[in-house]
Amino acid sequence: MERFEPVIVAFCCHYCAYTAADMAGSMRRSYPPNVHIIRVPCSGKVDAIHIMKAFQKGADGVYVAGCLEGDCHFKNGNLKAARMVEYVKRLLDEIGIGGERLEMITMSAGMGEQFAVTASEITEKIRGLGPNPVKEAAQEKRKTASG
Amino acid sequence: MITAERKPIEEIMEYIRPYDRILLVGCNECVTVCAAGGRKEVGLLSSALQMAFMQEGKVLDVKEHTLERQCDPEYVEELAGMVDQVDAVLSMACGCGVQEVAKRFKEKPVFPAVNTSFMGASERQGVWAERCQGCGDCLLGLTGGICPIARCSKRLLNGPCGGSTNGRCEINPDVECAWQLIWDRLKALGMESRYEDIAPAKDWRTSRDGGPRRIIREDLA
Repeated sequence: MERFEPVIVAFCCHYCAYTAADMAGSMRRSYPPNVHIIRVPCSGKVDAIHIMKAFQKGADGVYVAGCLEGDCHFKNGNLKAARMVEYVKRLLDEIGIGGERLEMITMSAGMGEQFAVTASEITEKIRGLGPNPVKEAAQEKRKTASG
Repeated sequence: MITAERKPIEEIMEYIRPYDRILLVGCNECVTVCAAGGRKEVGLLSSALQMAFMQEGKVLDVKEHTLERQCDPEYVEELAGMVDQVDAVLSMACGCGVQEVAKRFKEKPVFPAVNTSFMGASERQGVWAERCQGCGDCLLGLTGGICPIARCSKRLLNGPCGGSTNGRCEINPDVECAWQLIWDRLKALGMESRYEDIAPAKDWRTSRDGGPRRIIREDLA
């Protein structure tokens, strides 16, 4: 059977995780190409609807990466993001997608190595969980429709 | 404001399972402020329902619209062109809004997506608490601005009862004793003597006990 390659969307704060990803690149440290980065001005800027739309459009996993606690450029955007992520996890559980497909992580701009390690860990975790059930159902539906 | 909370997704799905096209209607007033049924929550519920039904192999067509106010017929009229294109309407407004939509569009089933809770105020970001029961005969002028009807678990007019301990109510230590609050406030205002006034039995006919209520302002009606 073909190995499942999950699509993972990572909302990365410009001031930390995005810069860490950049550093991973400068260090020539590779991380899985499954991770699609979306740069945001602060993790607190990520809204629940952005995460829901990512899953609706076929993401198998999503993570929000913000600054370490106490280091947010905008005071507490990362803490707000963590609470929002908890809320969306419960909603994902309620609709059968599973909150475990969503994570909140924190890191500093200097943690290039950590960024690559985390990207690999999350990719493996989502690979283990299998495809997003909504995406699978939609594909099945298309197959049935096309006969 | 009138506060509300979204119903469990499973309950909402039960309502709309027979339909393929729904109109999901939010309200820009109270339910927006208490984060239960404004434009943002409409977007989230729409996405959640579409994903939940897709797992059952069903493509749910959801039209989203948020009205300025769902409890006023002028605004509800805005939905006229949209309701024709759907099989059912799902409202995220309080019970007043749901009923206005149901009254205007009699030929379409209208379902609630939230549980309307109480008239309350924001205690802090994300926390709302009951403050008024709409008894129709406001007592706040006698009780230091703290309502014994809404905030005393027993609705005592001459409190506190023996269940008040360290300023907390016996039903739950998280609930403040309304009569302790009233006493503290009267004391701060130098109005302790008011506490000695015995309140007579309340005439509940101005509340729900007189049946559904109406207000008629003849100069406006």
